Amino acid sequence: MATQTTAPRSDLSKQDAIVVRFAGDSGDGMQLTGGQFTLSTALAGNDLATFPDFPAEIRAPQGTLFGVSAFQINFGSREVNTAGDAPDVLVAMNPAALKVNLGALKPGGLVIVDTGEFTKRNLDKAKYAVSPLEDDTLAPFDVLELDISALTIEAVKPFGLGNKDALRCKNMWTLGLALWMFDRPRGPLKDWLNAKFAKKPDIAAANIAALDAGHAYGETAELAGPLRQVHLDPVLSEPGLYRTITGAEAVSLGLVAGARLLRLPMFFGGYPITPASAILHHLARLKEFNVTTFQAEDEIAAICAAIGASYAGSLGVTSSSGPGIALKGEAMGLAIMTELPLVIVNSQRGGPSTGLPTKTEQSDLYQAVYGRNGDAPMPVIAACSPSDAFECAIEACKIAVDYMTPVMLLTDGYIANASEPWKVPDPDAFERAPAQFLEAKNGPDDTLLPFKRDAKGARPWIKPGTPGLMHRIGGIEKQVDTGHIDYAPDNHQAMTDARKNKIGQIAVPDQEVCLGETSGTLAVVGWGSTYGPIHQAVSRARAKGLSVSHIHVRHIWPLPANLGELLDQFDHVLMPEMNTGQFKTVIRDQFLIDATPLTKTSGQPFAIAEMEAAIVKYFDGEAGNEGGEVPVNDGQLPSPVGE
Amino acid sequence: MNAPTKIETTLKDWETDQEVRWCPGCGDYAILKAVQRTLPQLGCDPANTVFVSGIGCSSRFPYYIESYGFHTIHGRAPAVATGVKLANPDLDVWLVTGDGDGLSIGGNHMMHVLRRNVNMQIMLFNNEIYGLTKGQYSPTSRIGTSSPSTPAGSIDSPANPCAFALGAGARFVARGFDVSKNLPDVLKAAHAHQGAAFIEIFQNCIVYNKDVFNDFAAPKGADDRQLWLEHGEPMLFAGGAKGLAIDMETLDLKVVDVVDGDWEAAGVLRHNVTNRTIAHMLVELTFGPFPMPLGVIYDDPAPVFEQAVTAENRRLSEGKEPNLAALLAKGQTWTVEA
Repeated sequence: MATQTTAPRSDLSKQDAIVVRFAGDSGDGMQLTGGQFTLSTALAGNDLATFPDFPAEIRAPQGTLFGVSAFQINFGSREVNTAGDAPDVLVAMNPAALKVNLGALKPGGLVIVDTGEFTKRNLDKAKYAVSPLEDDTLAPFDVLELDISALTIEAVKPFGLGNKDALRCKNMWTLGLALWMFDRPRGPLKDWLNAKFAKKPDIAAANIAALDAGHAYGETAELAGPLRQVHLDPVLSEPGLYRTITGAEAVSLGLVAGARLLRLPMFFGGYPITPASAILHHLARLKEFNVTTFQAEDEIAAICAAIGASYAGSLGVTSSSGPGIALKGEAMGLAIMTELPLVIVNSQRGGPSTGLPTKTEQSDLYQAVYGRNGDAPMPVIAACSPSDAFECAIEACKIAVDYMTPVMLLTDGYIANASEPWKVPDPDAFERAPAQFLEAKNGPDDTLLPFKRDAKGARPWIKPGTPGLMHRIGGIEKQVDTGHIDYAPDNHQAMTDARKNKIGQIAVPDQEVCLGETSGTLAVVGWGSTYGPIHQAVSRARAKGLSVSHIHVRHIWPLPANLGELLDQFDHVLMPEMNTGQFKTVIRDQFLIDATPLTKTSGQPFAIAEMEAAIVKYFDGEAGNEGGEVPVNDGQLPSPVGE
Repeated sequence: MNAPTKIETTLKDWETDQEVRWCPGCGDYAILKAVQRTLPQLGCDPANTVFVSGIGCSSRFPYYIESYGFHTIHGRAPAVATGVKLANPDLDVWLVTGDGDGLSIGGNHMMHVLRRNVNMQIMLFNNEIYGLTKGQYSPTSRIGTSSPSTPAGSIDSPANPCAFALGAGARFVARGFDVSKNLPDVLKAAHAHQGAAFIEIFQNCIVYNKDVFNDFAAPKGADDRQLWLEHGEPMLFAGGAKGLAIDMETLDLKVVDVVDGDWEAAGVLRHNVTNRTIAHMLVELTFGPFPMPLGVIYDDPAPVFEQAVTAENRRLSEGKEPNLAALLAKGQTWTVEA
């Protein structure tokens, strides 16, 4: 069954990192397969990064190009920061998956196809006139043709499942083969299957049988075919306890931790939206941590209820993605005006409007920093990876309460869905600072001053129900200190200044250089999920002896006080962003620095190679060719196939 | 309604030091006084009371009540108030809104706060006009209302607030009007109701929609045009000379004459506040052929949202230790040795 082509094959055993992509129909369970493979990779001690890529449709018509779902993982015996540029191994469960993903595969890479799905009907749906297995489409690659469908049906026969249920075990057969290929134990996966199907032991047993059959197939095929077992040594990580974590999990856990460190109950108001809903789902299961979740009637109600909860003494949190954040804009202004704590999580996606719901982009930075009516300053923090999102969420909670302000935490679709190993932190390592509520009148002559500011510029937090402290707040301009309605010109000037200064003075740590020197020829300045590709590209450029440093900004607003001075120490500043250059505008405006944008808006993360090519242009002696727009790279990661 | 202990206060205790900024003669003054008169009678505690409002003339209300107050944004008061109640169910929340705030820009939130049955008193001041933005027609304006935005008269069909509330699932629906002496009684019934209590209060906008409710609210002939509903009492008006009965042919309400006070013989209905079918008929009555039904139209409590949420949170937390370190280390883990 296994055939070997004459193409030069990659020798995976000589690589210190390997990229594998599982691709299939959205009903084939590819995300689950990828997730379990990720777990086994983590348990094996390899470093890893993943990129799940799935269609917006829940069940796109079977076998179609737009119904293809893929999961890419990059794992290695060294540090891994990105999901990898081009896969070394592609598993294609049907013709459509092959068609969409083949362009990405490294020449000489291995493609494993389920021939059982290469029927006339499926080939038509994938718009293949001739089967790619029968012409020279696959000539540049090493090909393993397996009738996974038939092998799976055979393996699960003893369990008497119907054809449809039997075929649903295909992904476990494939996973079994992958586990054999990379020398991974099956034990944890079997435990997981037994737990998942505790109430359906037959299904658990069938899945395990498929898994074992896939694994056994590898052992047998190694003798004759192109398949070889590869072993990657564990990465030498810092000692400690590890788990894998996605950005959505990290945000949820960070919010829980943040609220507990402040000794506050958390109120989370949300409305379903991709890719932000995962946070609502996680928190809905954590009621014992004094968390109340509320699925509101719309995005506006979600934030307004959170504001009401903050007013009543809880830590109000809301979460959404671009279009939902736009709807919340007016309410953010209310929280700014009434100076109530609030955390707003924005899991960015491609825009404008509905845009690309399941693809990633960083195009909400303007919206985060500037997107409200009036002079409405608000702190903005951006997480750079799934695990970083945990600390960012804790910091967002703390700033919100310390400064009595809404805070926006930016992640994106990539961070929300991607997973990586995470060294489990010790919650005691974070500062515990219980929130303070005003208990008695704070003005002269037994008066209450709800807008009297402390040294940080923050007003007191006053819980309704506190005797003697009755007062009124609202969105209308308020008098300095008393909070009474006041439209007077000098008062509005004073309150506008007070709100601006309060946010401007937030204690943001000085910006550090995360790779390289504090001065030199080129600083590559990023924020958010571009961390991985920038870090790898700068690392490679530095290995070539180029004077490049990587600076990654977490505090988008207010900016670190030393950032302008730091960037002045470099001849050039390159700013890669998955938008048309939004942070670049902020940096130029705030520091009058000639920052050059490097932009990409294809819904795909940057590839390391693209970033590296952009860096090299600063050193190629050819002036004026730096920066610009990175063209769409069909081969890099699955792009949405438009119909 | 959740005030744990009754507090002795006077009307004066509920007045703030803020200058009231409604137009002289506005119906809002009368409603403010009625509320300030009612709160002491209910034994409410200013420290435990929260007035939440949206935007519009009516929504300035919280500034004039000496309690906690939150003047929010246009249409969103029900959502903010829901958050307040979920964070602290013990607070006694009053929501103040208008026909534009509560039924136009905030219609969605109004529907959901009623459907969820969050325990609060919702006072919708209906003046059938946008006052604060200078007189545009509103979602409750009658067809033909001439306004700056409808110089030739409005052409869209008006919303019926009480029918909307019932349709949304409200378990308490009442009506009153600004200068009515009965308004405090309606407010008390709303406060006694556990759950979302919806009160439509007809309010005279002296500047942009003057005397639009005079056809039934004017003192002269009021008895012929107002039907004050009381639980257990016959639906009589016109000094007992007329009443409402069921027309068995159309299965709808009809006006019947009562001879010699024998309302039973005339088939006049006894008002039962728990009868949802009759409530639907009452709120749909056309004024003119029928009198204006006022007072408590419907009052039939159902489980309260924030109590259910609190109980659910408790149930889901039972026996679970909120151990943060354990939560962070959940799932499959591995150890890297030193």
